[in-house]
Amino acid sequence: MALDIEQSYPLNNSPSKTGRLRSGQVGPAFSTGVLGRLVRGGVQNVVVRYGSIIALAVLWQVSATAGWINPAVIPPLDRIWDALVNGFVNGPLWRDVAISLQRAGIAFAAAVALGIPLGLFMGGIRVVERALDPILQLLRQTSALALYPVFILLLGLGETSKVFVIFWATLFPILLATIGGVKQADPKLIEMARVYGARRSHIFRSVVLPGALPQIFVGLRLSATTALLLLIAAEMIGANSGLGFQVMNAQYNFQIPLMFGAILLLAALGLVANSILETLQKRLCRWAPAKA
Amino acid sequence: MTTATQTLRGEVTVRDLSKTFNINGRALNVLSSVNLHIRGGECLAIVGASGSGKTTLLRILAGLEEADEGRVLIDGQPVHGVGTERAVIFQEPRLLPWRTVIENVAFPLEVRGLSRDEARKHARRYVQLVGLTDFVEAYPSQLSGGMAQRVGIARALAIQPEILLLDEPLGALDAMTKLTMQEELARIWREEKVTMVIVTHDLEEAIYLADRVLVLPKEKGGRIRTIEVDLLRPRNRSESGFVKLREELLSEFGLH
Repeated sequence: MALDIEQSYPLNNSPSKTGRLRSGQVGPAFSTGVLGRLVRGGVQNVVVRYGSIIALAVLWQVSATAGWINPAVIPPLDRIWDALVNGFVNGPLWRDVAISLQRAGIAFAAAVALGIPLGLFMGGIRVVERALDPILQLLRQTSALALYPVFILLLGLGETSKVFVIFWATLFPILLATIGGVKQADPKLIEMARVYGARRSHIFRSVVLPGALPQIFVGLRLSATTALLLLIAAEMIGANSGLGFQVMNAQYNFQIPLMFGAILLLAALGLVANSILETLQKRLCRWAPAKA
Repeated sequence: MTTATQTLRGEVTVRDLSKTFNINGRALNVLSSVNLHIRGGECLAIVGASGSGKTTLLRILAGLEEADEGRVLIDGQPVHGVGTERAVIFQEPRLLPWRTVIENVAFPLEVRGLSRDEARKHARRYVQLVGLTDFVEAYPSQLSGGMAQRVGIARALAIQPEILLLDEPLGALDAMTKLTMQEELARIWREEKVTMVIVTHDLEEAIYLADRVLVLPKEKGGRIRTIEVDLLRPRNRSESGFVKLREELLSEFGLH
Protein backbone atom coordinates (compact mmCIF):
# COMPACT_ATOMS: atom_id res chain seq x y z
CA MET A 1 0.00 0.00 0.00
CA ALA A 2 1.43 3.26 -1.06
CA LEU A 3 0.28 5.26 1.90
CA ASP A 4 3.63 6.24 3.32
CA ILE A 5 3.88 9.48 1.37
CA GLU A 6 0.45 10.56 2.45
CA GLN A 7 1.20 10.05 6.09
CA SER A 8 3.73 12.82 6.14
CA TYR A 9 0.91 15.28 5.64
CA PRO A 10 -0.32 17.05 8.74
CA LEU A 11 -3.74 15.74 9.57
CA ASN A 12 -6.11 17.79 11.64
CA ASN A 13 -8.13 14.66 12.13
CA SER A 14 -10.20 15.44 15.23
CA PRO A 15 -7.57 17.39 17.16
CA SER A 16 -9.15 16.70 20.53
CA LYS A 17 -8.84 12.96 20.01
CA THR A 18 -5.23 12.98 18.90
CA GLY A 19 -4.45 15.47 21.63
CA ARG A 20 -5.78 13.14 24.26
CA LEU A 21 -3.87 10.24 22.75
CA ARG A 22 -0.62 12.17 22.92
CA SER A 23 -0.99 13.31 26.51
CA GLY A 24 -1.70 9.69 27.39
CA GLN A 25 1.57 8.69 25.79
CA VAL A 26 3.87 11.11 27.57
CA GLY A 27 5.60 9.92 30.74
CA PRO A 28 4.62 11.04 34.26
CA ALA A 29 7.63 13.34 34.48
CA PHE A 30 6.21 15.29 31.59
CA SER A 31 2.57 15.38 32.60
CA THR A 32 2.90 17.96 35.38
CA GLY A 33 4.71 20.21 32.95
CA VAL A 34 1.97 19.70 30.40
CA LEU A 35 -0.68 20.32 33.04
CA GLY A 36 1.08 23.46 34.22
CA ARG A 37 1.30 24.72 30.69
CA LEU A 38 -2.38 23.94 30.15
CA VAL A 39 -3.40 25.87 33.28
CA ARG A 40 -1.20 28.78 32.40
CA GLY A 41 -2.51 28.64 28.84
CA GLY A 42 -6.08 28.60 30.18
CA VAL A 43 -5.49 31.66 32.39
CA GLN A 44 -3.85 33.44 29.52
CA ASN A 45 -6.81 32.61 27.29
CA VAL A 46 -9.28 34.02 29.82
CA VAL A 47 -7.23 37.19 30.21
CA VAL A 48 -6.95 37.72 26.47
CA ARG A 49 -10.61 36.92 25.84
CA TYR A 50 -12.30 38.68 28.75
CA GLY A 51 -9.62 41.01 30.12
CA SER A 52 -10.96 44.08 28.34
CA ILE A 53 -14.51 43.60 29.56
CA ILE A 54 -13.38 42.98 33.14
CA ALA A 55 -11.22 46.11 32.96
CA LEU A 56 -14.18 48.11 31.67
CA ALA A 57 -16.42 46.90 34.50
CA VAL A 58 -13.78 47.74 37.10
CA LEU A 59 -13.21 51.18 35.57
CA TRP A 60 -16.95 51.83 35.56
CA GLN A 61 -17.42 50.79 39.17
CA VAL A 62 -14.40 52.71 40.46
CA SER A 63 -15.04 55.94 38.57
CA ALA A 64 -18.69 56.00 39.64
CA THR A 65 -18.02 55.32 43.33
CA ALA A 66 -15.00 57.67 43.45
CA GLY A 67 -17.09 60.39 41.88
CA TRP A 68 -14.95 60.83 38.74
CA ILE A 69 -18.18 60.67 36.81
CA ASN A 70 -21.58 61.77 38.03
CA PRO A 71 -23.14 58.68 39.67
CA ALA A 72 -26.58 60.17 39.13
CA VAL A 73 -26.07 59.84 35.37
CA ILE A 74 -23.88 56.76 35.31
CA PRO A 75 -24.49 54.85 38.52
CA PRO A 76 -22.01 52.28 39.82
CA LEU A 77 -22.56 48.68 38.74
CA ASP A 78 -23.63 47.45 42.20
CA ARG A 79 -26.53 49.89 42.23
CA ILE A 80 -27.54 48.78 38.74
CA TRP A 81 -27.41 45.19 39.97
CA ASP A 82 -29.55 46.06 43.01
CA ALA A 83 -32.07 47.81 40.80
CA LEU A 84 -32.23 44.78 38.54
CA VAL A 85 -32.72 42.35 41.43
CA ASN A 86 -35.36 44.63 42.90
CA GLY A 87 -37.06 44.90 39.53
CA PHE A 88 -37.25 41.13 39.24
CA VAL A 89 -38.27 40.47 42.84
CA ASN A 90 -40.71 43.30 43.51
CA GLY A 91 -41.30 44.84 40.12
CA PRO A 92 -42.60 43.99 36.69
CA LEU A 93 -39.30 43.01 35.05
CA TRP A 94 -40.25 39.34 34.57
CA ARG A 95 -43.32 40.39 32.69
CA ASP A 96 -41.27 42.81 30.58
CA VAL A 97 -38.67 40.21 29.68
CA ALA A 98 -41.43 37.72 28.85
CA ILE A 99 -43.38 40.10 26.63
CA SER A 100 -40.20 41.28 24.86
CA LEU A 101 -39.10 37.72 24.22
CA GLN A 102 -42.55 36.89 22.96
CA ARG A 103 -42.60 39.78 20.49
CA ALA A 104 -39.09 39.17 19.17
CA GLY A 105 -39.57 35.40 19.25
CA ILE A 106 -42.79 35.32 17.26
CA ALA A 107 -41.43 37.78 14.72
CA PHE A 108 -38.14 35.91 14.34
CA ALA A 109 -39.86 32.53 14.06
CA ALA A 110 -42.21 33.88 11.41
CA ALA A 111 -39.29 35.38 9.48
CA VAL A 112 -37.46 32.04 9.57
CA ALA A 113 -40.59 30.12 8.62
CA LEU A 114 -41.18 32.34 5.60
CA GLY A 115 -37.65 33.47 4.74
CA ILE A 116 -35.88 30.12 4.45
CA PRO A 117 -38.45 28.30 2.27
CA LEU A 118 -38.99 31.40 0.13
CA GLY A 119 -35.24 31.91 -0.16
CA LEU A 120 -34.71 28.30 -1.19
CA PHE A 121 -37.44 28.62 -3.77
CA MET A 122 -36.16 31.94 -5.13
CA GLY A 123 -32.54 30.84 -5.13
CA GLY A 124 -33.34 27.50 -6.71
CA ILE A 125 -35.34 28.83 -9.64
CA ARG A 126 -33.51 31.48 -11.60
CA VAL A 127 -36.65 32.96 -13.21
CA VAL A 128 -38.41 33.49 -9.91
CA GLU A 129 -35.38 35.16 -8.44
CA ARG A 130 -34.98 37.45 -11.42
CA ALA A 131 -38.65 38.38 -11.40
CA LEU A 132 -38.85 39.12 -7.70
CA ASP A 133 -35.44 40.69 -7.20
CA PRO A 134 -36.47 44.32 -8.01
CA ILE A 135 -39.25 44.24 -5.42
CA LEU A 136 -36.92 42.63 -2.94
CA GLN A 137 -34.27 45.29 -3.46
CA LEU A 138 -36.84 48.07 -3.05
CA LEU A 139 -38.33 46.59 0.10
CA ARG A 140 -35.06 45.86 1.78
CA GLN A 141 -33.78 49.36 1.16
CA THR A 142 -36.84 50.78 2.88
CA SER A 143 -36.11 51.12 6.58
CA ALA A 144 -38.48 49.04 8.67
CA LEU A 145 -38.70 51.86 11.20
CA ALA A 146 -39.81 54.28 8.50
CA LEU A 147 -42.58 51.82 7.70
CA TYR A 148 -43.62 51.46 11.34
CA PRO A 149 -46.18 54.30 11.14
CA VAL A 150 -47.67 52.57 8.11
CA PHE A 151 -47.90 49.31 10.01
CA ILE A 152 -49.53 51.11 12.93
CA LEU A 153 -52.07 52.65 10.58
CA LEU A 154 -52.82 49.28 9.06
CA LEU A 155 -52.60 47.04 12.09
CA GLY A 156 -53.29 49.36 15.00
CA LEU A 157 -51.12 50.24 17.96
CA GLY A 158 -51.38 46.81 19.56
CA GLU A 159 -49.13 43.76 19.49
CA THR A 160 -49.61 42.97 15.81
CA SER A 161 -47.91 46.07 14.46
CA LYS A 162 -44.97 45.62 16.86
CA VAL A 163 -44.47 42.00 15.92
CA PHE A 164 -44.92 42.84 12.26
CA VAL A 165 -42.29 45.56 12.16
CA ILE A 166 -39.77 43.20 13.78
CA PHE A 167 -40.78 40.43 11.40
CA TRP A 168 -40.35 42.79 8.47
CA ALA A 169 -36.85 43.79 9.47
CA THR A 170 -35.71 40.25 10.27
CA LEU A 171 -37.14 38.70 7.13
CA PHE A 172 -34.72 40.29 4.69
CA PRO A 173 -31.38 39.19 6.13
CA ILE A 174 -32.66 35.60 6.26
CA LEU A 175 -34.22 35.73 2.82
CA LEU A 176 -31.22 37.31 1.11
CA ALA A 177 -28.72 35.04 2.84
CA THR A 178 -30.71 31.97 1.84
CA ILE A 179 -31.00 33.09 -1.77
CA GLY A 180 -27.29 33.88 -1.82
CA GLY A 181 -26.38 30.54 -0.26
CA VAL A 182 -28.42 28.60 -2.79
CA LYS A 183 -27.09 30.59 -5.74
CA GLN A 184 -23.51 30.09 -4.63
CA ALA A 185 -23.82 26.32 -4.86
CA ASP A 186 -20.69 24.88 -6.45
CA PRO A 187 -21.51 23.95 -10.08
CA LYS A 188 -18.70 21.39 -10.01
CA LEU A 189 -20.33 19.51 -7.16
CA ILE A 190 -23.67 19.67 -8.93
CA GLU A 191 -22.07 18.24 -12.05
CA MET A 192 -20.53 15.48 -9.95
CA ALA A 193 -23.95 14.58 -8.57
CA ARG A 194 -25.35 14.64 -12.09
CA VAL A 195 -22.71 12.16 -13.27
CA TYR A 196 -24.00 9.72 -10.67
CA GLY A 197 -27.53 10.15 -11.93
CA ALA A 198 -28.90 12.36 -9.14
CA ARG A 199 -32.18 14.05 -10.00
CA ARG A 200 -32.84 17.75 -9.44
CA SER A 201 -34.62 17.27 -6.15
CA HIS A 202 -31.88 15.01 -4.86
CA ILE A 203 -29.18 17.47 -5.94
CA PHE A 204 -31.04 20.24 -4.18
CA ARG A 205 -31.39 18.27 -0.98
CA SER A 206 -27.93 16.77 -0.79
CA VAL A 207 -25.69 19.29 -2.56
CA VAL A 208 -27.29 22.73 -2.71
CA LEU A 209 -28.97 22.85 0.70
CA PRO A 210 -26.04 21.70 2.87
CA GLY A 211 -23.77 24.05 0.94
CA ALA A 212 -26.09 26.97 1.65
CA LEU A 213 -26.35 26.22 5.35
CA PRO A 214 -23.38 28.30 6.61
CA GLN A 215 -24.65 31.27 4.62
CA ILE A 216 -28.17 30.80 6.00
CA PHE A 217 -26.73 30.91 9.50
CA VAL A 218 -25.01 34.20 8.74
CA GLY A 219 -28.47 35.54 7.87
CA LEU A 220 -30.05 34.05 10.98
CA ARG A 221 -27.49 35.65 13.27
CA LEU A 222 -27.82 38.98 11.56
CA SER A 223 -31.59 38.72 11.89
CA ALA A 224 -31.44 37.88 15.58
CA THR A 225 -29.48 41.07 16.20
CA THR A 226 -31.90 43.06 14.06
CA ALA A 227 -34.87 41.56 15.91
CA LEU A 228 -33.64 42.91 19.25
CA LEU A 229 -32.83 46.27 17.71
CA LEU A 230 -36.29 46.67 16.26
CA LEU A 231 -37.87 45.32 19.40
CA ILE A 232 -36.50 48.20 21.44
CA ALA A 233 -37.48 50.77 18.86
CA ALA A 234 -41.00 49.41 18.65
CA GLU A 235 -41.34 49.25 22.42
CA MET A 236 -40.09 52.78 22.86
CA ILE A 237 -42.84 54.02 20.57
CA GLY A 238 -46.23 53.46 22.08
CA ALA A 239 -45.85 50.45 24.34
CA ASN A 240 -46.58 50.03 28.02
CA SER A 241 -44.56 46.94 28.65
CA GLY A 242 -41.37 45.29 27.52
CA LEU A 243 -37.70 45.97 28.06
CA GLY A 244 -37.61 48.84 25.56
CA PHE A 245 -40.51 50.42 27.39
CA GLN A 246 -38.66 49.95 30.70
CA VAL A 247 -35.59 51.75 29.39
CA MET A 248 -37.68 54.78 28.39
CA ASN A 249 -39.95 54.63 31.41
CA ALA A 250 -37.07 54.39 33.87
CA GLN A 251 -35.47 57.39 32.23
CA TYR A 252 -38.70 59.43 32.48
CA ASN A 253 -38.98 58.56 36.16
CA PHE A 254 -35.28 59.15 36.70
CA GLN A 255 -34.69 55.54 37.79
CA ILE A 256 -31.28 55.61 36.17
CA PRO A 257 -29.95 52.35 37.71
CA LEU A 258 -33.04 50.51 36.46
CA MET A 259 -32.59 52.09 33.03
CA PHE A 260 -29.03 50.77 32.82
CA GLY A 261 -30.22 47.46 34.18
CA ALA A 262 -32.73 47.11 31.37
CA ILE A 263 -30.09 48.08 28.81
CA LEU A 264 -27.65 45.49 30.13
CA LEU A 265 -30.43 42.92 30.14
CA LEU A 266 -31.02 43.63 26.46
CA ALA A 267 -27.33 43.19 25.74
CA ALA A 268 -27.43 39.88 27.61
CA LEU A 269 -30.40 38.74 25.55
CA GLY A 270 -28.49 39.51 22.37
CA LEU A 271 -25.48 37.53 23.57
CA VAL A 272 -27.64 34.56 24.54
CA ALA A 273 -29.48 34.57 21.21
CA ASN A 274 -26.21 34.72 19.33
CA SER A 275 -24.59 31.95 21.32
CA ILE A 276 -27.62 29.69 20.83
CA LEU A 277 -27.39 30.19 17.08
CA GLU A 278 -23.63 29.72 17.17
CA THR A 279 -23.98 26.42 18.99
CA LEU A 280 -26.61 25.28 16.53
CA GLN A 281 -24.39 26.31 13.64
CA LYS A 282 -21.41 24.43 15.05
CA ARG A 283 -23.52 21.33 15.39
CA LEU A 284 -25.06 21.52 11.92
CA CYS A 285 -21.97 22.76 10.09
CA ARG A 286 -19.30 20.74 11.85
CA TRP A 287 -17.41 20.42 8.57
CA ALA A 288 -17.02 24.16 8.07
CA PRO A 289 -15.16 26.54 10.38
CA ALA A 290 -17.69 28.87 12.04
CA LYS A 291 -17.32 32.43 10.83
CA ALA A 292 -17.95 35.29 13.23
CA MET B 1 -22.12 -7.70 -11.89
CA THR B 2 -19.57 -10.46 -11.71
CA THR B 3 -16.01 -9.76 -12.68
CA ALA B 4 -16.19 -12.32 -15.47
CA THR B 5 -18.77 -10.33 -17.43
CA GLN B 6 -17.07 -7.04 -16.61
CA THR B 7 -13.92 -7.99 -18.50
CA LEU B 8 -15.96 -8.29 -21.65
CA ARG B 9 -18.19 -5.29 -21.13
CA GLY B 10 -17.39 -1.61 -21.19
CA GLU B 11 -16.65 -1.51 -24.89
CA VAL B 12 -16.84 1.98 -26.36
CA THR B 13 -17.35 2.91 -29.99
CA VAL B 14 -17.27 6.47 -31.23
CA ARG B 15 -18.57 7.18 -34.72
CA ASP B 16 -18.00 10.35 -36.72
CA LEU B 17 -18.13 12.54 -33.66
CA SER B 18 -18.03 16.30 -34.21
CA LYS B 19 -18.35 19.15 -31.80
CA THR B 20 -18.30 22.88 -32.37
CA PHE B 21 -18.46 25.44 -29.60
CA ASN B 22 -19.87 28.89 -30.05
CA ILE B 23 -17.62 31.35 -28.30
CA ASN B 24 -18.65 35.01 -28.51
CA GLY B 25 -20.40 34.42 -31.79
CA ARG B 26 -17.42 32.64 -33.31
CA ALA B 27 -17.63 28.98 -34.14
CA LEU B 28 -14.79 26.97 -32.68
CA ASN B 29 -14.49 23.48 -34.07
CA VAL B 30 -13.05 21.23 -31.36
CA LEU B 31 -13.64 17.76 -32.69
CA SER B 32 -14.32 16.75 -36.26
CA SER B 33 -15.25 13.25 -37.40
CA VAL B 34 -13.60 11.37 -34.60
CA ASN B 35 -13.76 7.60 -34.89
CA LEU B 36 -12.61 5.45 -32.07
CA HIS B 37 -12.95 1.98 -30.66
CA ILE B 38 -12.05 1.06 -27.11
CA ARG B 39 -12.03 -2.61 -26.16
CA GLY B 40 -13.78 -3.70 -22.97
CA GLY B 41 -11.26 -3.64 -20.12
CA GLU B 42 -8.74 -1.62 -22.07
CA CYS B 43 -6.87 1.34 -20.68
CA LEU B 44 -6.71 4.15 -23.20
CA ALA B 45 -4.87 7.40 -22.65
CA ILE B 46 -5.78 10.51 -24.60
CA VAL B 47 -3.08 13.12 -25.00
CA GLY B 48 -2.93 16.27 -27.05
CA ALA B 49 -1.96 19.89 -26.92
CA SER B 50 -4.29 22.16 -24.97
CA GLY B 51 -7.26 23.03 -27.11
CA SER B 52 -7.07 19.74 -28.97
CA GLY B 53 -10.44 18.73 -27.57
CA LYS B 54 -9.34 15.87 -25.35
CA THR B 55 -11.41 16.98 -22.40
CA THR B 56 -14.39 17.65 -24.66
CA LEU B 57 -14.12 14.13 -26.04
CA LEU B 58 -14.10 12.72 -22.52
CA ARG B 59 -17.05 14.87 -21.48
CA ILE B 60 -19.02 13.64 -24.47
CA LEU B 61 -18.20 10.04 -23.52
CA ALA B 62 -19.39 10.85 -20.01
CA GLY B 63 -22.63 12.32 -21.31
CA LEU B 64 -21.93 15.72 -19.79
CA GLU B 65 -21.61 17.31 -23.20
CA GLU B 66 -23.62 16.55 -26.29
CA ALA B 67 -22.01 15.99 -29.66
CA ASP B 68 -23.26 17.94 -32.66
CA GLU B 69 -22.86 14.96 -34.90
CA GLY B 70 -21.96 11.34 -34.50
CA ARG B 71 -22.70 8.73 -31.91
CA VAL B 72 -21.29 7.07 -28.87
CA LEU B 73 -22.05 3.40 -28.42
CA ILE B 74 -21.40 1.48 -25.25
CA ASP B 75 -21.51 -2.29 -25.60
CA GLY B 76 -23.16 -1.68 -28.95
CA GLN B 77 -25.94 0.49 -27.56
CA PRO B 78 -26.12 4.21 -28.40
CA VAL B 79 -26.05 6.35 -25.27
CA HIS B 80 -27.50 9.75 -24.46
CA GLY B 81 -26.61 11.69 -21.36
CA VAL B 82 -25.03 10.27 -18.25
CA GLY B 83 -25.38 6.64 -17.32
CA THR B 84 -24.64 4.43 -14.38
CA GLU B 85 -22.30 2.19 -16.37
CA ARG B 86 -19.89 5.14 -16.54
CA ALA B 87 -18.16 7.04 -13.74
CA VAL B 88 -16.10 10.19 -14.07
CA ILE B 89 -13.09 11.27 -12.05
CA PHE B 90 -12.32 14.95 -12.42
CA GLN B 91 -9.12 16.86 -11.85
CA GLU B 92 -10.55 18.16 -8.57
CA PRO B 93 -11.82 15.49 -6.22
CA ARG B 94 -15.22 17.23 -5.99
CA LEU B 95 -16.04 15.85 -2.57
CA LEU B 96 -19.01 17.08 -0.59
CA PRO B 97 -17.29 18.99 2.22
CA TRP B 98 -20.04 18.25 4.74
CA ARG B 99 -19.73 14.51 4.29
CA THR B 100 -17.05 12.30 5.76
CA VAL B 101 -14.87 10.08 3.57
CA ILE B 102 -17.20 7.10 3.86
CA GLU B 103 -20.29 9.24 3.34
CA ASN B 104 -18.77 10.71 0.19
CA VAL B 105 -18.06 7.26 -1.20
CA ALA B 106 -21.58 6.21 -0.23
CA PHE B 107 -23.13 9.21 -1.99
CA PRO B 108 -23.66 7.72 -5.48
CA LEU B 109 -25.05 4.59 -3.88
CA GLU B 110 -27.61 6.67 -2.00
CA VAL B 111 -28.47 8.35 -5.28
CA ARG B 112 -29.16 4.87 -6.61
CA GLY B 113 -31.64 4.28 -3.85
CA LEU B 114 -29.61 2.31 -1.33
CA SER B 115 -30.38 3.12 2.30
CA ARG B 116 -27.80 5.07 4.28
CA ASP B 117 -26.62 1.95 6.12
CA GLU B 118 -26.46 -0.24 3.05
CA ALA B 119 -24.59 2.42 1.13
CA ARG B 120 -22.08 2.83 3.94
CA LYS B 121 -21.54 -0.89 4.21
CA HIS B 122 -20.90 -1.17 0.50
CA ALA B 123 -18.73 1.95 0.44
CA ARG B 124 -16.39 0.60 3.09
CA ARG B 125 -14.89 -1.90 0.68
CA TYR B 126 -13.90 0.87 -1.72
CA VAL B 127 -12.47 3.10 0.99
CA GLN B 128 -10.35 0.10 1.87
CA LEU B 129 -9.40 -0.45 -1.76
CA VAL B 130 -7.85 3.02 -1.98
CA GLY B 131 -6.12 2.59 1.38
CA LEU B 132 -8.05 5.10 3.47
CA THR B 133 -9.45 2.78 6.12
CA ASP B 134 -7.95 4.94 8.86
CA PHE B 135 -9.73 8.02 7.56
CA VAL B 136 -13.31 6.81 7.07
CA GLU B 137 -14.72 9.44 9.38
CA ALA B 138 -12.44 12.30 8.32
CA TYR B 139 -13.87 15.34 6.55
CA PRO B 140 -12.44 16.37 3.15
CA SER B 141 -10.89 19.50 4.69
CA GLN B 142 -8.72 17.20 6.78
CA LEU B 143 -7.28 15.34 3.79
CA SER B 144 -4.28 16.05 1.60
CA GLY B 145 -4.79 16.49 -2.13
CA GLY B 146 -3.74 12.94 -2.91
CA MET B 147 -5.99 11.45 -0.26
CA ALA B 148 -8.96 13.52 -1.42
CA GLN B 149 -8.44 12.25 -4.96
CA ARG B 150 -8.34 8.68 -3.64
CA VAL B 151 -11.76 9.29 -2.11
CA GLY B 152 -12.96 10.53 -5.49
CA ILE B 153 -11.65 7.34 -7.08
CA ALA B 154 -13.28 5.17 -4.42
CA ARG B 155 -16.57 6.96 -4.99
CA ALA B 156 -16.38 6.32 -8.73
CA LEU B 157 -15.55 2.64 -8.21
CA ALA B 158 -18.31 2.16 -5.65
CA ILE B 159 -20.99 2.16 -8.35
CA GLN B 160 -19.06 -0.63 -10.08
CA PRO B 161 -18.91 1.10 -13.44
CA GLU B 162 -17.90 -0.65 -16.63
CA ILE B 163 -16.07 2.42 -17.78
CA LEU B 164 -13.99 4.81 -15.74
CA LEU B 165 -13.46 8.19 -17.36
CA LEU B 166 -10.62 10.24 -15.89
CA ASP B 167 -10.09 13.89 -16.77
CA GLU B 168 -6.50 14.78 -15.81
CA PRO B 169 -7.09 13.10 -12.47
CA LEU B 170 -3.57 13.64 -11.15
CA GLY B 171 -2.96 17.03 -12.73
CA ALA B 172 -3.28 18.98 -9.49
CA LEU B 173 -1.02 16.76 -7.39
CA ASP B 174 2.63 17.26 -6.51
CA ALA B 175 5.22 15.19 -8.38
CA MET B 176 5.80 12.56 -5.70
CA THR B 177 2.14 11.98 -4.90
CA LYS B 178 1.46 11.81 -8.60
CA LEU B 179 3.86 8.88 -9.09
CA THR B 180 2.31 7.02 -6.16
CA MET B 181 -1.14 7.63 -7.51
CA GLN B 182 -0.17 6.38 -10.96
CA GLU B 183 0.80 3.08 -9.36
CA GLU B 184 -2.50 3.11 -7.50
CA LEU B 185 -4.46 3.63 -10.70
CA ALA B 186 -2.56 0.84 -12.44
CA ARG B 187 -3.36 -1.49 -9.55
CA ILE B 188 -7.02 -0.48 -9.42
CA TRP B 189 -7.40 -0.95 -13.14
CA ARG B 190 -5.87 -4.42 -12.87
CA GLU B 191 -7.97 -5.43 -9.87
CA GLU B 192 -11.31 -3.92 -10.84
CA LYS B 193 -11.05 -4.87 -14.53
CA VAL B 194 -12.76 -1.75 -15.81
CA THR B 195 -12.34 0.03 -19.10
CA MET B 196 -10.33 3.13 -18.34
CA VAL B 197 -10.14 6.25 -20.48
CA ILE B 198 -7.71 8.78 -19.10
CA VAL B 199 -7.13 12.26 -20.42
CA THR B 200 -3.72 13.54 -19.42
CA HIS B 201 -1.09 16.04 -20.45
CA ASP B 202 1.58 13.93 -18.85
CA LEU B 203 3.08 11.69 -21.55
CA GLU B 204 4.92 9.51 -19.05
CA GLU B 205 1.68 8.95 -17.19
CA ALA B 206 0.02 7.94 -20.44
CA ILE B 207 2.72 5.35 -21.20
CA TYR B 208 2.79 4.10 -17.62
CA LEU B 209 -0.95 3.40 -17.52
CA ALA B 210 -2.28 2.81 -21.00
CA ASP B 211 -2.52 -0.05 -23.46
CA ARG B 212 -2.82 2.55 -26.20
CA VAL B 213 -2.12 6.25 -26.35
CA LEU B 214 -4.32 8.39 -28.55
CA VAL B 215 -2.68 11.58 -29.79
CA LEU B 216 -5.21 14.21 -30.83
CA PRO B 217 -3.96 16.48 -33.63
CA LYS B 218 -3.33 20.11 -32.95
CA GLU B 219 -4.73 21.35 -36.24
CA LYS B 220 -8.35 20.47 -36.90
CA GLY B 221 -8.98 17.76 -39.43
CA GLY B 222 -5.56 16.34 -38.74
CA ARG B 223 -5.07 12.65 -38.28
CA ILE B 224 -5.51 11.07 -34.85
CA ARG B 225 -2.42 9.00 -34.10
CA THR B 226 -2.52 5.87 -31.99
CA ILE B 227 0.53 4.46 -30.26
CA GLU B 228 0.45 0.94 -28.90
CA VAL B 229 2.18 0.56 -25.56
CA ASP B 230 3.53 -2.93 -25.78
CA LEU B 231 5.30 -3.06 -22.43
CA LEU B 232 5.04 -5.61 -19.65
CA ARG B 233 3.21 -4.60 -16.48
CA PRO B 234 4.01 -3.39 -13.89
CA ARG B 235 5.94 -0.92 -15.99
CA ASN B 236 9.31 0.52 -15.29
CA ARG B 237 9.72 4.19 -16.13
CA SER B 238 13.45 3.92 -16.78
CA GLU B 239 13.38 0.78 -18.90
CA SER B 240 14.61 1.27 -22.50
CA GLY B 241 11.28 0.42 -24.17
CA PHE B 242 9.53 2.97 -21.96
CA VAL B 243 12.08 5.65 -22.73
CA LYS B 244 11.85 4.93 -26.46
CA LEU B 245 8.06 5.29 -26.43
CA ARG B 246 8.40 8.49 -24.49
CA GLU B 247 10.71 9.90 -27.16
CA GLU B 248 8.33 8.76 -29.88
CA LEU B 249 5.43 10.53 -28.15
CA LEU B 250 7.47 13.67 -27.54
CA SER B 251 8.34 13.88 -31.22
CA GLU B 252 4.60 13.80 -31.96
CA PHE B 253 4.57 17.19 -30.31
CA GLY B 254 7.77 18.33 -31.98
CA LEU B 255 9.68 17.99 -28.73
CA HIS B 256 12.82 16.09 -27.87
